[in-house]
Amino acid sequence: MTQRRQVGSDRRRPAAELEPSEQLGVAGPARLGVKKTWKLFLGGAFVRSESGRYLVTADGNDNYPHASRKDARDAVKAAQGALSGWAGRSGYNRGQILYRLAEVMEGRREELMESLERGGASAARSEVDAAIDRAVSHAGWCDKLQSLLASSNPVAGPHFGFSIPEPIGVVAIAAPDRPTLLGLVGSICPVIVSGNVAVVVVSESDPRTTLVFAECLATSDMPGGVVNLLTGPRQELLTPLAKHMAVRALDLWNVAGELAVSLERDAADNVKRVSRREADESAWFDAERGAALTGIERFVETKTVWHPMGA
Amino acid sequence: MQSTHGGGSPALSGMLAPLEPSPPVDRIAAEERAQSLAKRSIKKSAKVAGLRLAIQMMDLTTLEGSDSRGKVSALCMKARSPSPGDHGIPSCAAVCVYPNLVPIAKEALAGSSVKVASVATAFPSGLSALSVRLDDTRRAVDAGADEIDMVIDRGAFLSGEHARVADEIAAVKEACGDAHLKVILETGELGSYDNVRRASDLAMYSGADFIKTSTGKIQPAATPPVTLVMLEAIRDFYFATGRRIGMKPAGGIRTAKQALHYLVLVKETLGDAWLHPDLFRLGASTLLNDVLMQLKKEESGAYQGDEYFTKD
Repeated sequence: MTQRRQVGSDRRRPAAELEPSEQLGVAGPARLGVKKTWKLFLGGAFVRSESGRYLVTADGNDNYPHASRKDARDAVKAAQGALSGWAGRSGYNRGQILYRLAEVMEGRREELMESLERGGASAARSEVDAAIDRAVSHAGWCDKLQSLLASSNPVAGPHFGFSIPEPIGVVAIAAPDRPTLLGLVGSICPVIVSGNVAVVVVSESDPRTTLVFAECLATSDMPGGVVNLLTGPRQELLTPLAKHMAVRALDLWNVAGELAVSLERDAADNVKRVSRREADESAWFDAERGAALTGIERFVETKTVWHPMGA
Repeated sequence: MQSTHGGGSPALSGMLAPLEPSPPVDRIAAEERAQSLAKRSIKKSAKVAGLRLAIQMMDLTTLEGSDSRGKVSALCMKARSPSPGDHGIPSCAAVCVYPNLVPIAKEALAGSSVKVASVATAFPSGLSALSVRLDDTRRAVDAGADEIDMVIDRGAFLSGEHARVADEIAAVKEACGDAHLKVILETGELGSYDNVRRASDLAMYSGADFIKTSTGKIQPAATPPVTLVMLEAIRDFYFATGRRIGMKPAGGIRTAKQALHYLVLVKETLGDAWLHPDLFRLGASTLLNDVLMQLKKEESGAYQGDEYFTKD
């Protein structure tokens, strides 16, 4: 057998593959591993696709749900339901919750690393480190962005003019394929820190990492529906999201060609904000850029209020 | 207060037919059948037809203490023309309001096919003296209500005073004059399907034109099994007397899917004759927007957002 790093448990490997020393009870029969059923993460719950369809990972070891447009619809509905509660929390409290997410990811780092390895990524440890740090950086932004993005405007006349950042609402995110975990955390955090809620179409190449990440979300204090994760073909899921009248913005990472054009056209119907960005794998590891305020600013709506000064 | 029950009551002798004991209801079977009928998949053109029919059968309702003239006239506009600018969408069946707002609704709906329904008889408790309830009913009718939604005295019903409940329904029916009478059983307070069946029979034999599940103020309100039990009572009453009584589930019907489910229940229990606004109504306030969103989605292919539809 080839050399394998001993990280986390091997419970997903068939028992027959286990070496004798790894089996429970030397004389007894080999123990059958209990495999995990990978599901979608919608509204804080782990659900199967309503379509009942499944896809198989590249290595053939796992099935994962092939989400349908109706799952995308359900995800938007769950996100809509979570919006007022999430946006209504104080920035400080959102920061506490994001920090809690980082804590839980730290506790599950072995499992996250294992899932990244199985996906074929090499530097699993540094990616998990970077992803946790990215969550912490954004936790820090939550109660500061309002002060930095708001302004008291100089106006010619007897008025006060204030501009304040408000969340846009439901944002649909196409997460980058690589780096799987860092790309996911790094695309979700800038969207939700300001009070937005997200529907994320995750990496197609290996969705297992995102499903472990979903377990981190579920066991942190993140309210259900703030982050919703869909696995399946990008085109099939992004098209209904781009058309959906309740989605207010699209955050497209590494989406190019005809798909990008058709998504932009669909998004025009209710004048969604569309952000299209390309980033190669190494760019995500730049902590400075990855947690920059400009990334957050893309998904806030600036409200300007004019108020008459006293007599 | 004068007692209104007893053998000598003129109202009781006015009952349409002798009231036999109601048959028992098989709880498991009723729930199972209602659930199995919920599994129909209704798509595309059938869905569009069903949703349009649901709009035509809708009693657009506002029964809140905070109801104002403005809110009622806005609701009436919505009932006349649920989706302004879209001429293919039919009007609702009726607007359902408190008695003091009937004149406003009447004025706002003048010249349209939309009826004015009013809750009366000390809605939602129905626990005032009979004379007060009858007066309430007459005032609503005088103000122009086409339909009266009354609520039965559940306390009397549950303590076995069925004759008194029947008398009261008959008295209210008399007070209604030409207006249609819908009798609210408040099934959430009746406790069992057997009681729902008994109250349905009582109401129909006492002169109800419609039987209605709930006031919307008590949970659970309308549920598919309760509706099924009531529809079966209507069917048996039709076989016994030849009279067609209408059905109105109300309360808790919020989605287009639920509305289609109720239409399936009606079709499978009573047939096409009842798939008409004269014999079936849906009492709802938030349902209309969801139905409009579904119709728009069928037309455009895009899922809709609620901020693009008028709030009522």
